[in-house]
Order: sequence, then C-alpha cells, then structure tokens
Amino acid sequence: MGFLQIIQILLFLALVGTAGYIAYGKFKEIYDNINMGKPEVIDTTLGFRIKNMLLIAFGQKKMFKLTFAALLHLVIYVSFCITQIELIEIFLDGLTGSHRLLYHTFDGPVFQTIYLIVINFIEFLSLLTFFVTIIFILRRTTFKIERFKKPELKGWPFRDALIILGFELTLITFIFMMNGGDSALHIQEHGHGYGFILSGALGNALSGLPTGLLAFIERVGWWGHLSMVLTFLVYLPYSKHLHVMLAFPNTFFTRPEPKGEIHNMPAIMNEVKSMIDPSFVVPATEGEVQFGAKDVYDLSWKNLLDAYTCTECGRCTAACPANQTGKKLSPRKIMMDTRDRMEEISKGKKEHGPDFADNKTLLGDYITAEELRACTTCNACVEECPVNISPLSIIVELRRNLIMEASDSPAEWNNIFANLENNQAPWQFSPEDRLKWTEELN
Amino acid sequence: MSDLVAEGKTPDVVFWVGCAGSFDQRAQRVTIAFTKILNQLNINFAVLGTEEACTGDPARRAGNEFVFQMLAQQNIATMNNYGVKKIVTTCPHCFNTLKNEYPALGGSYEVLHHATYLQQLINDGQLKVEGGAFKGKRITYHDSCYLGRANDIYEAPRAVIESLDADLIEINKCRTNGLCCGAGGAQMFKEDEPGDKRINVERTEQLIEVYPEVIAVACPFCNTMITDGVKGENKQDDIKVLDIAELIAQNNQY
Repeated sequence: MGFLQIIQILLFLALVGTAGYIAYGKFKEIYDNINMGKPEVIDTTLGFRIKNMLLIAFGQKKMFKLTFAALLHLVIYVSFCITQIELIEIFLDGLTGSHRLLYHTFDGPVFQTIYLIVINFIEFLSLLTFFVTIIFILRRTTFKIERFKKPELKGWPFRDALIILGFELTLITFIFMMNGGDSALHIQEHGHGYGFILSGALGNALSGLPTGLLAFIERVGWWGHLSMVLTFLVYLPYSKHLHVMLAFPNTFFTRPEPKGEIHNMPAIMNEVKSMIDPSFVVPATEGEVQFGAKDVYDLSWKNLLDAYTCTECGRCTAACPANQTGKKLSPRKIMMDTRDRMEEISKGKKEHGPDFADNKTLLGDYITAEELRACTTCNACVEECPVNISPLSIIVELRRNLIMEASDSPAEWNNIFANLENNQAPWQFSPEDRLKWTEELN
Repeated sequence: MSDLVAEGKTPDVVFWVGCAGSFDQRAQRVTIAFTKILNQLNINFAVLGTEEACTGDPARRAGNEFVFQMLAQQNIATMNNYGVKKIVTTCPHCFNTLKNEYPALGGSYEVLHHATYLQQLINDGQLKVEGGAFKGKRITYHDSCYLGRANDIYEAPRAVIESLDADLIEINKCRTNGLCCGAGGAQMFKEDEPGDKRINVERTEQLIEVYPEVIAVACPFCNTMITDGVKGENKQDDIKVLDIAELIAQNNQY
C-alpha cells in the first residue's frame, strides 16, 4: 500500500469521523428537544404502526393528492435511496484504499450484470433528478405557487430550500465527474468503458484528455460525492430536510383516534366530577397542573416530533380555510414556530446551562391569539399533511391555555360560555323551551 | 324521554336534537322534517327534551374544558340514568362529540349521524323514497368537516341524495378536499378574525359554480353559513339550501 493510499484512507476516516461526530451531536440535541415534551401514550398495535409507515412515509401515499408535485418528489426520493447503493462501494473503497472494490472483487458475469444495471439505473435517475431539481428551483423562485410565497417562508426557509436543491445539483455533477472520468480512464487503458451508458458516453468524449487530468476529474468527483453526502448528513438536522428521516417515526406513531376527537383532560374531568359528586375523591396529581400549552414544554412529545418532521411544503396552509380567506393563521407557521422555539431554548441551554430560561413563550412571542382564534378546527391541515402532522393538536392546546390560564377570550365567546353554564345552550334560550319546536309538528 | 320512562317504555333510539335543532329557526325545520320521517316509519324514539344540554363541542374547541366537562358529565349522567344505548343526531358536531369524546368520560353509546341512519333505513327497505320531487334536479352536496374529515363519512349523505333519483353534481373541492363552511371550532359564535373574505362566502362561491338547484347539507351550522352565503350572492330564489332530512321529507310529502 503506497503512501498516497494511506493518506487517502486517513483523510477518508477523518472526514467521515468528523461529519459523523457533528451530526450525532445535533441529532442527539433534537432527540433531547423532542423529549422536552410531555408524555403521550399512542396506543396502537405494531401492525398499525408499520402499515402507516409503509404506506405514508415509504409509499408516499398522501403525497399523491397533488400528482405532479408527487411525481417530481418521487424521482428525487427514489434517486436518493438508490444512490445509497453506490455509496456502499464508495465507503468500502474509502476504507480500504481500493478502486471499485465490488466491481473487481466479484467478477463473475452475473454480478457484473447486476452491477451494470444498478449503476446505469443510478445514472439515469440522477440525470432525471438533475432536471427535476431545476424544476423544483423554478417552482420556488419563478413559478407562481402560492404556498411558496407565504410570509413564513421568507428569509431562511426560502434559502434552506434552495441550499438543498443546490446540494443536489452539485452531488449529481460529482457523480458524473466520478463515473465519466473513470470511464474515460478505462477506455484509455482497455479500449472500452465499464458499460455505463451515460457516463460511458461522457467518458468517450473525454477520453482524448491527458490521463493525469482524467484521474484528477475522477478523484474530484469521488471526494466531492462523498463530501456532499456527508455535508447533507450534517446539514440535515439544521434543515427542514430532516423529514427524510423523521417522516418514518412520525408516521409510525400516527394517532389512532378519528380526526374529530380532541383528547380528554383528566385533571379537569376529575375536578368537575368532584363538583357534581362530592363523594368523588380527586386522584392526586404530581406537580403544578397547567391547563393547555403556553410553551413547548407543555406540548406532548408527538407535537414536538411533528414540528421537527415538518418540511414546510405548505399543503396545510393552502388547504386552510382561514388562510385562504386572508386570516393570519397558517398551520405551517404553527409547526415552524414550535420547532424554532425548541431550537431557541436548546441554543440557550447550550450557552447558559441546562437551567436556562428566558421570558419568552411559544404562545404570545411566536404564535398570537389572533392566529389561534381563526382556526375552525376543520382538520383540512391534518388531512393534507403528507407525513401525518397535526397542527390542529397544537392549536387546541394553545387555545386551552389562552382561555383557561390567560382568561384571554373574545367577548362573544365569553357570552357563549356564560350561556352554556346558565342555560346549557350557546344562545340565550331557556332550557324549558327546548321542546318548543314540537308545537309545529302537527 | 322522561314521559316514556314513566310509562315503563324504553325507546329504541334517542334522537339528539342539539341546540341548533332546538332553538335555531332554520335548524328547527330540519328537526321537524327528521321527526316526521321517524314518525312516518313508526320508529320507537324519544328526545331528552329539557334534559338535553349542549354536548360541549363549542366550549371544548374554543379551549374552555371546564364548561365542556360540566355539560358532558351532565349529559352522560342523564343518559346513563335512562340506560340510553343508541343515539341519532342531525348535527355532525353533536355526533362527533357524543361518539368520540364521551366514552373517555364514561358515556359509551352507539351514535349515528342522520345521514348514516337514513341510509340504513333506505337500504333495509323501511324508508321508501317515493314522489320524485327532486328527480333529475341538480343537487350538489357540501361536506361537513365533522362528518367528513373528522369521521370519514362521505358516502352516506350522497347515498341519501342519490335515492331521490337526483342529478348529484360534485364540486371540485369535495370529500376530503372540502372547504369548511366557516362555523366550526366555535367560529359560529363570533365574528371572523380580520381577513379578506368570509369563509362561508368563499365556500358558497365554490358551490354555486356548478349551477345547482339545491345545495344539500347535513349540518345545521353549514346550513346557516351556506344559506347566508347564497343570500349574499342574491341567489336565494334560484338555489335552495336544504338538509338531507328535508330532501327526503319534502320528496315523500311528509
């Protein structure tokens, strides 16, 4: 093994190690952030969980409510998955200092054929992905797609989307530099390429170049490909693109209830029970009881996992009746705010220690009463989400806090609460008149 | 209900009228239509009458869990006391709360929305849809969120409309894609937040795009919202907003 090879192996290990270390740190932080949330039992069978994960995350079932976007997304998704196969060889080569280890180790005709099919498939998909990525960039920058123009997407979220799309174009360029340069070298040495259709043609065109330059192109492609994959890994947890991973646990932990059901509050149920029936003893609860959610700590871990899973596609916001009619509410912003608040707390803890507290809260500093009050609880956002996020669940928890802790309620609602308490109907009618309609029956 | 029990009788089903159905003038028409159907078919039913309280849906959704719990526990005590087994209601909000949210509080019943109930009556031959008043009429259906997305009931109301031999026209935004009428989540009881448009206006515009003669609804709040929307468009003479129970009752001339 030559000196250069050893340097390459060391460089490879250093790169992978550093990227892995940084990524692990951030992923661990996100895991801890999600655990800031309250416990919530999601009572489902393993079969239900796997079914949802396979259909919705792996199979992208709900994406296909918008066929065109779903097809484009599918190309990138399949391409992303398949490219990982080529990555196996890149890793093996990196670890051993070899060149196309799999291709050279298993040289039987069957394996060679499989190898060729796989690489050709990757290359065709990569080329397709290149064009799809350009369409995605145009959708973000040029085409008039309303859900990409909303105020919450201005600034970092807009740049985040373009950065990732830029990564993809770069990654694909490196793949073709790697395989094209390598094919050209192979042609120079053996008079023919590996049998890669696209990069073979590229190799043919490049085969007149000096060998040293071709080797350089191939190496830049190889290291570039590896570096982009590692960059992606490190960047992922800072970005909306975390959905490529979290879509799986998030659909795995899909709630089983009908969408219309709002979960019970046992503390209040017991308190009211003891008011109605004095013999009922309220079970002891630990710690201070807070009604609804004021900050991310008061939400459940599933709400917080939802927030990190959100990829800001905005289908929820596009479907929201309040948003469609110009109200401030955007379900996507609810999810983004929840995530941003967690990140803020987590940053504060890193800088000032685990007891960090600021004077901010999710309710008020991020999400306003006006946004919350525009919600009709129609479940359109929940229905739309391709990865089973529920913005509604967070909205209801914040509303509960607004009404029961902050006593912040519109006057009209105070009226209905008073009516409901006094005459058991939202309107001011006497309960005695409940049967008045029967007079008209005959 | 109390009268029946005093006579030692048990009803097969309790008709949960709901606050809108009891007090709102428009919704009372639906209550009456549905009652006429039940009476015509000699169904052994009862209403809780003065003992019925709001299910608590608007309180819970506004965020006032205390008020919700008080109403819900009161209703559950009443119904458990009477041994209620089966409930039918003309309001999707009542339906959702009774069916999905009362069990956690100790109130488990078989709960049906009247769309499903009417579909069952038609299917088992008890309810014969005769008369043909709506034969060939252009009817479009507005999905109620609390029936559709909240509880996945999309076909039952359509089956009821189709039994009229009517021309059921679907709008673009129907079923899971249906737009809310704007009343859910206690919005019914307050002004819209500041914005460009009212939600019921937006929804009505989508519905009248297919030139319906009738917009069928299955919820008293949707009924109010869409009726207002149609009036706003000045189309109240051309387009009727009717509940599916009214369609059946009018068709059968009950």
